[in-house]
Amino acid sequence: MSITFDTTERAPAPSPLKGRGERPLDRAFRYLLLAALGVGLVFLAVLLTYVTVRGWSRLDARLWQNFPSRLPSRAGAQSAIVGTIWLIALTALWVLPTGILTAIYLEEYADPERRINRIIELNIQNLAAVPSIVFGILGLGILARTLGLGFNLLTASLTLALLVLPVVIIASREAIRAVPNSIRLGSLALGATRWQTIWRQVLPAAVPGMATGAILALSRAMGEAAPLLLLGAATSVAFNPDGLFSAYSALPLQIYQWVSLPQAAFAELASAAIITLLVVLLIMNSLAIFIRQKFSRRW
Amino acid sequence: MTATTANLSAAGTARRSLRRDRPRYGELAVQGLLFLAALVSIATTIGIVLSFVAPTVELFTGRGVSLREFLTGTDWGPLFAQPTYGVLPLVVATLVITVIAVAVAIPVGLMTAIYLSEYAGPRARKFLKPTLEVLAGIPTVVFGFFALQFVTPLLQAVLPGSQYPKIFNGLSAGLVMGVMIIPTVASLSEDALSAVPRSLRDGAFALGSSSRQVSTRVVVPAALSGIVAAFVLGISRAIGETMIVTIAAGSQPNFTLNPLVSLQTMTAFIAQAGSGDAPVGSTAYDTIFAVGSLLFLMTLALNIVSIRLVRKYREVYE
Repeated sequence: MSITFDTTERAPAPSPLKGRGERPLDRAFRYLLLAALGVGLVFLAVLLTYVTVRGWSRLDARLWQNFPSRLPSRAGAQSAIVGTIWLIALTALWVLPTGILTAIYLEEYADPERRINRIIELNIQNLAAVPSIVFGILGLGILARTLGLGFNLLTASLTLALLVLPVVIIASREAIRAVPNSIRLGSLALGATRWQTIWRQVLPAAVPGMATGAILALSRAMGEAAPLLLLGAATSVAFNPDGLFSAYSALPLQIYQWVSLPQAAFAELASAAIITLLVVLLIMNSLAIFIRQKFSRRW
Repeated sequence: MTATTANLSAAGTARRSLRRDRPRYGELAVQGLLFLAALVSIATTIGIVLSFVAPTVELFTGRGVSLREFLTGTDWGPLFAQPTYGVLPLVVATLVITVIAVAVAIPVGLMTAIYLSEYAGPRARKFLKPTLEVLAGIPTVVFGFFALQFVTPLLQAVLPGSQYPKIFNGLSAGLVMGVMIIPTVASLSEDALSAVPRSLRDGAFALGSSSRQVSTRVVVPAALSGIVAAFVLGISRAIGETMIVTIAAGSQPNFTLNPLVSLQTMTAFIAQAGSGDAPVGSTAYDTIFAVGSLLFLMTLALNIVSIRLVRKYREVYE
């Protein structure tokens, strides 16, 4: 259930009947479809323009040099930016090995007839659609309180890792599935063990797909604010995190905090921070698409 | 040579087992590790359920909040000095905003999918698909900000005086949320539409149908279960969305169907109560989990329906 679109070639759609001309009802339908398309496109254009116009004046060095402050003219987002970097690094550390290993298990070792494996698959599909705030509740209830880990980078990164785990698993599985079976069979025929086959043949071939999935998962984690609200990041943090158990802030959260303040100057600041966040996300997604185009092999 | 012994069968022919006589421990270890990794996902679900159960049960048994009052009461004020625990304002608010969002997302999403699948040429597709992916990738905080700062003033300027929306209102949040969900609905519907075999379309075209007739009378009905699955998933996303409603729809629960006033949804309440300093074990803390359970159950039911529908449409063509 990924959001990415299929990019395979398809036969072009037939053009409207020439000669007789397009019937009015058919033309009206086509215009209706174009109008629907327009809704999304116009909205996107207006959103991006509005945010850029509103935040342009505050897009300067203060944004990443200063820390949050009560005075809008002095405020910046350094703690949020550094916090986000820490958070994403840690999230990647937890989620990438777990997700990729799970994908390998499901694709290479698991017998789909066995009950436990079907449960695992159904479970992953369910988790992919659970609201993000429920993960925040999980983090609050179990990680922070029951396990006593507290409200810090560790809890937040673990929670975000669990949130994007299904995305990594699903993307990695598709990448592994795309490797032709002949490669595996050839390797086994030459005497390699199962794991040698996976480690030396299948995984290297699946790396572009997995890298794309990883980048998309991390960019999703970067934009999440809801779970972090429940994990003690709502208080304004004016210092860079200094360790696994440190309090932290994150860019989406900082944006949320500024948005909640009444002064118009903070709205400008929020817009500038939004521009920063969107640019970073755009770069990450473009990188993912680039990797997918450039490195995915046609077998 | 001494390690492999010949197995002498009764007939006297030497037969050597092709298997090694000791197992490859490395392989077994790897297999075990992989299985453990897979169990993390199960542990997550168990964790989610567990985190809900104890405080919810505590709320209804230990603190004497009656389940009936919770589910049918219309006054939600658990954080007040004299707390009331009727969750209906939150549920109704969630449903009102979801209906608005879905009224935008379903027609627009489906029509976008039809256009992409049946009408768009390769050049249009190369432009449209990345655009939709961009829309899908925008963080929800940004949508919330846009709803509050742009859409609400716009509505205030455009709607007549009798319908003047308050600064925090459900309509603005619902409309923006609808646009946010469009990529989800469009992407899944397009998957469903593409799965319909070309032969069905070709047959209809050969009989003289226009693209419109093929789309509406052949392809969409054929892909219906996948499309409905897309709709259900869109509804589930709308119900579970937090940031847009927290920012734009306000934190004042009103038990009303009027979208022009502040409407606090279930997710917005969880965000508000959870980001405050509710001490562990207090009633206010437990209400977070109780409302969370309700939210989780609603989205779980919708997700299961959606997964079943997707499985059904996949089986038809494979």
